[in-house]
Amino acid sequence: MLRRRITTARSIFSTIFRINSSNSHYAASYSTSFLFDDTQIQFKESVAQFAAENIAPHASKIDHTNYFPKEVNLWKSMGEFNLHGITAPEEYGGLGLGYLYHCIAMEEISRASGSVGLSYGAHSNLCINQLVRNGNHAQKQKYLPQLISGDHVGALAMSEPNSGSDVVSMKCKADRVDGGYVLNGNKMWCTNGPVAQTLVVYAKTDITAGSKGITAFIIEKGMPGFSTAQKLDKLGMRGSDTCELVFENCFVPEENVLGKEGKGVYVMMSGLDLERLVLAAGPVGIMQSCLDVVLPYVRQREQFGRPIGEFQFIQGKVADMYTSLQSSRSYVYSVARDCDNGKVDSKDCAGVILCAAERATQVALQAIQCLGGNGYVNEYPTGRLLRDAKLYEIGAGTSEIRRMIIGRDLFKEQ
Amino acid sequence: MKIMVTIKRVIDYAVKIRVKPDKTGVVTQNVKMSMNPFCEIALEEALRIKESGLASEVIAVSMGPSQSIDTLRTGLAMGADRGIHVEANDSLYPLSVAKILKKLVEIEKPGLLILGKQMIAGLLNWPQGTFASKVVLDKEKQVVTVDREVDDGIETLSLNLPAVITTDLRLNQPRYATLPNIMKAKSKPIKKYTPEELNVEIKSDLEIVEVTEPPKRKSGVIVSSVDELIDKLKNEANVI
Repeated sequence: MLRRRITTARSIFSTIFRINSSNSHYAASYSTSFLFDDTQIQFKESVAQFAAENIAPHASKIDHTNYFPKEVNLWKSMGEFNLHGITAPEEYGGLGLGYLYHCIAMEEISRASGSVGLSYGAHSNLCINQLVRNGNHAQKQKYLPQLISGDHVGALAMSEPNSGSDVVSMKCKADRVDGGYVLNGNKMWCTNGPVAQTLVVYAKTDITAGSKGITAFIIEKGMPGFSTAQKLDKLGMRGSDTCELVFENCFVPEENVLGKEGKGVYVMMSGLDLERLVLAAGPVGIMQSCLDVVLPYVRQREQFGRPIGEFQFIQGKVADMYTSLQSSRSYVYSVARDCDNGKVDSKDCAGVILCAAERATQVALQAIQCLGGNGYVNEYPTGRLLRDAKLYEIGAGTSEIRRMIIGRDLFKEQ
Repeated sequence: MKIMVTIKRVIDYAVKIRVKPDKTGVVTQNVKMSMNPFCEIALEEALRIKESGLASEVIAVSMGPSQSIDTLRTGLAMGADRGIHVEANDSLYPLSVAKILKKLVEIEKPGLLILGKQMIAGLLNWPQGTFASKVVLDKEKQVVTVDREVDDGIETLSLNLPAVITTDLRLNQPRYATLPNIMKAKSKPIKKYTPEELNVEIKSDLEIVEVTEPPKRKSGVIVSSVDELIDKLKNEANVI
């Protein structure tokens, strides 16, 4: 059973006010009941409380130091709270639930810390969910339990230094040898790369066959020939470790092929749809976090003898922030519900993250503006919220690629 | 042995309470409601006793409008085995709650009643340990040892079962309701009663005259001499 940890000194008052920061956490809770049933609301509130007490207090330091906290293992805490295997079958330790629940968890964790949210999304969706969807029983049995418990961290690598948006042009080779394959090449922008024990990696088994030459592999940390290069020093999402992966004659056994040889592109593209959906809950959480900071501030901060929240310009900004949040949130959860019912539409999966990410950057900019000079100071979280939000316009397919997917699809439709 | 725990739906502890303009009460419309933190602590203690093998089931009881069922569901998600909802749409004053609770105790016959803050022991004629900061149950001897937080320090009482215990913040740290338990809670039974079915007449025995905010703290005053201090203590503060 999980015990809550008191993050401030063990005094009676900190027991009453369990949350370390001011009461801003509950100062801005919105009616989201039009989107969720009672159980989902219960879950959302439960994760929100867990995240506020166990993740949010570390958020600032994670950003500052570019590391996850050393005094507590967040992967394990989230694992004990059953957050990793939401979409995984119960027989491997998962909850056997759908993307709606996964998005709820992603939103609330992102609300507490964008970096933890991104790493959590990469671990639970990019790695765990891909294994769930494409792995055979032996693979799932071998890798899922420890990933779901949080003992192991998962990652996924498809991009390369020279293959980002044009991911199908990847050059990392997988040459067939006796008993398996030998991988040579580099992967870039791998979230959780430095700390992951299990990685899903895409490589070309047939360089001449274009997209049909891609195969997905399961790589383990420690496999000879596999190493990680320097951790990247990023603008935002600091602490969510990202690095380059290096493969030098790395032997991967036959049984670690995920899906079928040459069928990697289907694993990748179908995975990308669901990745975009779940990650879209990330910017939604960041937007909520912006309002959590801005609302108490504009109620308290006075100029010209009144709280600045009484002035129309501020009210206009706050209204825009609120409607951006609610509309993105509605879109994300509606699409999540569709995906849970088996209706996965690439346009909408790309659409939700396109919409939520771009809105989140704007909301974060307005959050800084509402706080004025204080918003420009790193003592307040608004700067971090902006830097974290910006990532979502780039990762999981840039906004440009997302627009291309949607526009191209609409053009083709009769 | 069964343990009964009462849990109450109240304004969330983190919300800033505002008094209604007509001074008849506090604003509860559109305000976030949650389980009373003391009730959470009471439920946690009951669950721990059950998990150590000393009790067979934990029953959560809530009295109030239909939204109290949400609070019961949270209690079930934390680990209570079943719930009882006593439907009452008007405010229930402590004596009415005690009378209803007495009837439920007569029906369920628990060995321990663990509550947040509620008077009941007098009606049941049971021993009670209030402000409990530590609870140790000896099932064989049918005795519960309770450490109480009192002004002078800690008082230890030994109570024969059945007994009433009310909680103090230091008793324990309540657990979260995790998703698998939230799912399991959906199938746990909640029995509904009305005060009429329990033969309890709800009379409001108190009349609320006025609700106001506590006076704002006045800023301190720096005195210029000991004489002035004594003068103020004597004539303004009236403490000497």
